[in-house]
Amino acid sequence: MTVKDIAKLLDAEILCCEDSTDKELHTACGSDMMSDVLAFVKDQSVLLTGLCNPQVIRTAEMMDMVCIVFVRGKLPDENMIKLAVERNIPLLSTKHRMFTACGLLYSNGLHGGAMN
Amino acid sequence: MSNTITLKYSVSSEDFTRAGEASSDVKSKLKKMNLPPEVIRKVAIAMYEGEINMVIHANGGEITVEISPTEIVIILDDIGPGIKDIEQAMTAGFSTAPDNIRSLGFGAGMGLPNMQKYSDEMSIKSTVGVGTTVTMKVYIK
Repeated sequence: MTVKDIAKLLDAEILCCEDSTDKELHTACGSDMMSDVLAFVKDQSVLLTGLCNPQVIRTAEMMDMVCIVFVRGKLPDENMIKLAVERNIPLLSTKHRMFTACGLLYSNGLHGGAMN
Repeated sequence: MSNTITLKYSVSSEDFTRAGEASSDVKSKLKKMNLPPEVIRKVAIAMYEGEINMVIHANGGEITVEISPTEIVIILDDIGPGIKDIEQAMTAGFSTAPDNIRSLGFGAGMGLPNMQKYSDEMSIKSTVGVGTTVTMKVYIK
């Protein structure tokens, strides 16, 4: 599945880094708690979150994640988009809620990865 | 890369949105040095957690990063309130972060345990009312 496929499945808008949306992705995680993302996530390439502040971009950057999906229609501000562009991390926004967004991706082949 | 490179950062607690700038800079510098991705990742996560901690708990502080051919040393130095009980602070899930920090996505009580997890060596020196120094080492070889 690519970032583009995710956008299609979630009926999501791609907000930046359109050039980097062909990367192949296999795993994802969903959380509003960046502390937990930093502590429990390992090698997941998509972050689904309802939290909308610059630390979401920073967390994804530190964890080498490929793209971020904002759920529940959350929209990042200009400052966040600028940060994401600098780090080449595509940002997506979907109106789906967290559970539905995760379920749609899971049932289409994206997995949670190993527990650690 | 034969000598030790030292990087210094001043971390301000005034703007939470800027927390992580130092870690981000270190990460991009390490990438340019072509260090192994796993080493870069460990340093980035451990330092970012530390930087966030400084902003949340300690009114900011100073971070020194020493890069030698064999290891990366990250020293987080603050003049914050100090940690009363280090063992308790190291317990996963224990947090003294206020609610407004939780609403920003942090304060799950995983910061210090996670810093230990991602560093090969970690030590904490803290005096209540004086400040805290956390030293983390990540081995390159």
